[in-house]
Amino acid sequence: MTILFVLITVSSFVAGIFLIAFIWAVKSGQFDDSYTPSVRALFDDDVVPENSTPEIKDSSNNENE
Amino acid sequence: MAKENQKCIHCGEDCGKYPIMWEEKPFCCNGCKTVYQLLNENKLYTYYEMEKNPGVRVDEPEFGTKFAYLDDETIKEKLLEFKDGDYSKITFYIPAIHCSSCIWLLEHLNTLNSGITYSMVNFVKKEVSVTFKEELISLRQIVELLASIHYTPMITLDNMDKKSAKKEDRKLLFKLGVAGFAFGNIMLLSFPDYLAGEQGVEPALQRFFNFLNLLFALPVLIYSARDYLLSAYKNLVHGVINTDLPISIGIIALFSQSTYEILSNSGTGYMDSFAGFIFFLLIGKWYQNKTYQALAFDRDYKSYFPIAITKIVDEKEEVTQIKDLVEGDRILVRHHELIPVDATLVKGVANIDYSFVTGETNAVNKLVGEPVYAGGKQLGAALELTVNKSVDQSSLTKLWNQSEGGIIPKQTLNNMVDRISKWFTIIVISLALITMIVWFFIDAPRAVSIFTAVLIVACPCALALSIPFTYGNSLRIYGKRGFYLKNSQVIENLSKIDTIVFDKTGTITQSNALDINFNGVEPTREQLSFIKSIARQSTHPLSVALYQHLSNLDSHYVDSYKEIAGKGVEGFINQQKVKIGSAVYIGAVVKPADEFMSRVYISINDQYLGYFSLENKYRDGLTEIISQLKKKYEVHLISGDNEGERKRLMHWFKDNKYLHFNQKPADKLDYIRALQAEGKNVLMIGDGLNDAGALNQSNVGITIADDIYNFSPACDGIMESGKFKSLYRYIRFSKSSIRVVKISFLISLLYNSIGLTFAIDGLLTPIVAAILMPVSSVTVVVFVTLATNISAMISDQKKLA
Repeated sequence: MTILFVLITVSSFVAGIFLIAFIWAVKSGQFDDSYTPSVRALFDDDVVPENSTPEIKDSSNNENE
Repeated sequence: MAKENQKCIHCGEDCGKYPIMWEEKPFCCNGCKTVYQLLNENKLYTYYEMEKNPGVRVDEPEFGTKFAYLDDETIKEKLLEFKDGDYSKITFYIPAIHCSSCIWLLEHLNTLNSGITYSMVNFVKKEVSVTFKEELISLRQIVELLASIHYTPMITLDNMDKKSAKKEDRKLLFKLGVAGFAFGNIMLLSFPDYLAGEQGVEPALQRFFNFLNLLFALPVLIYSARDYLLSAYKNLVHGVINTDLPISIGIIALFSQSTYEILSNSGTGYMDSFAGFIFFLLIGKWYQNKTYQALAFDRDYKSYFPIAITKIVDEKEEVTQIKDLVEGDRILVRHHELIPVDATLVKGVANIDYSFVTGETNAVNKLVGEPVYAGGKQLGAALELTVNKSVDQSSLTKLWNQSEGGIIPKQTLNNMVDRISKWFTIIVISLALITMIVWFFIDAPRAVSIFTAVLIVACPCALALSIPFTYGNSLRIYGKRGFYLKNSQVIENLSKIDTIVFDKTGTITQSNALDINFNGVEPTREQLSFIKSIARQSTHPLSVALYQHLSNLDSHYVDSYKEIAGKGVEGFINQQKVKIGSAVYIGAVVKPADEFMSRVYISINDQYLGYFSLENKYRDGLTEIISQLKKKYEVHLISGDNEGERKRLMHWFKDNKYLHFNQKPADKLDYIRALQAEGKNVLMIGDGLNDAGALNQSNVGITIADDIYNFSPACDGIMESGKFKSLYRYIRFSKSSIRVVKISFLISLLYNSIGLTFAIDGLLTPIVAAILMPVSSVTVVVFVTLATNISAMISDQKKLA
């Protein structure tokens, strides 16, 4: 039974971490704008087009190696 | 009559009345147009390669020194959010942001200029934050870049002195987070006791749970519930009882009873009900507070004024802050610039459009040596002025301060709620006392705990939730229908209105549409094209309107063009002398009654042809709305314009005593005051700065706007101009919202009395409280949400019928 005391204390701390996470999220402005991120997610990434300059190709090749 | 608005070819949004056309395709905004052009010109596959091609049609910037003030160090410093080493950050308010293409374009600013490292849009607030390297691009260049892609930021005097407004909103979220966290945990720890049944939880474990509950409840009391307790205390000190008092009594009763039970090990306490109560309260508050972040309801003259102006020092032009202007300074005001201070004309031909301040549509001419007042816009060549008064001494600023000073506080709201709360509190406390005394004789040791039980159960949880949810939902319903209110107080004020005062220009008339008709000898097509070519040369509003009216005709070269301020213009086209202007200038004879009419007289080769009459176009549905409103309300009209339209307006308003012309802004304010002195609740509907004082003074001031994100003076609500017809429905809906609140009060009182029977009999166990409170809250919230939605639906149906 005593294990319950430990477990509940631990779980309360875990819950506290989530509260801190929430406060951090609010502080960092994640709740300021509830619309733009949903649109932003739909923008395509800036892909490197085929006719791009050689330097960019080179660097991407290097990364592959 | 009105044809369907076109859909944007790129994003499919409604283009509004004036779509932007490119290759005969309609676009909703320049962002869409630009993106479409890119796609089109580069055959789709280089969509992502903006920087590699001349692509984005950055219109060749011709701003001259328009944004030169942004090079000024002190101005720059005030505008920048922060500056850290190489990087600077600034946030612009850009009203033009309105669709996903706008976001896309503005977030790819870095591809247009490598000096910009990062740009992020906040769509809800219509803001874009730009991080940039100052050594590569200056602030001025960024603003010019934005302006060239048609996203001109709004930078006004207002930007100079506000920095932190958003913090308040976050605080509420923190409180909500803490309360929610505590509520969840306390509920989990309380469940074993509720569910254990006969044998109960092991005592040591139960004690542990209880103490944990107490630990979780502490931050809720100290942090989350602080605003309620403080507000109740402050009001009580001033002898006022408001809704926060019964709430605070409930909070304190719940907490102290529970703490006592836990510490004395005599019970489990009501900590779950306590935390839940505050959590629900805060949710209600949050729901009600969620308003329109991008709309500004509290703009004063500062939002209209630019930050800087050109000053002439020793024959040289230099940019100076408007705040720094002092008497005797010489300033230069260019075409379409605002005159920021009261001044005297020194050089140039002044043709000043005061429509912004007075509502009068005809531009005013001033001669050298005459005074000009702040708020006017110069049309035509640049002027030189000598400053008479500094900005905060100007007539316009004074008008503002006057209306601010004398204003009747609008906190009349919550009248109803506060009245009910007062009685509620008195009844609950006396009931609790009586119960305690009775129990004292039955079972003395239990008397105190039953006293607190009555206070606990009387806690007006449902009562406190009905207002925020009804009003919050009503605000949303209004918003969906094109009517944006500052806050929920306005709903209650609106329901009490008995007098309605309209402004004329821009309010009951459309601001950018004129009925133009020709009277006289019908000119030939060629003659019309002459008139158009002449009108094009002038910046007078009537010429501009006439030019737009005739814009599809040919243009001609105008020889020896002459403009005589206040009279008219003339010139030669194909050896024919074309004169347009006032009757006196042309030599036409007019009846005195027609003197005030907006007319442009025409003569060709000194032969009088006739005149164009330019009449304001009244809004669609004006006849119906006025006749509807007149049945129930006193309807007035008060206009800064001349008497020219009195005859036409009589048709709607019938009674001369309700029609007032030539009213200056201060007269409008006094008029509203006079009505209020008669005990009337006044709704003022206006559109411009000239109505600002009246809007502020009235019980409810509503601004009507073509573009709700653009200029609008301080007001209680903003109405989309297209929704003018719905005005009567809006007022009616405010009344049904109030009715919903009243019914929900009855429901919550019913729950309270059920709870009271438990409490008085001494049967209020934690589990009863834990069930009763959420159930009553949920019913009330569901009821008010459904009821407001249904009454809005009924209201919509009535319109169709």
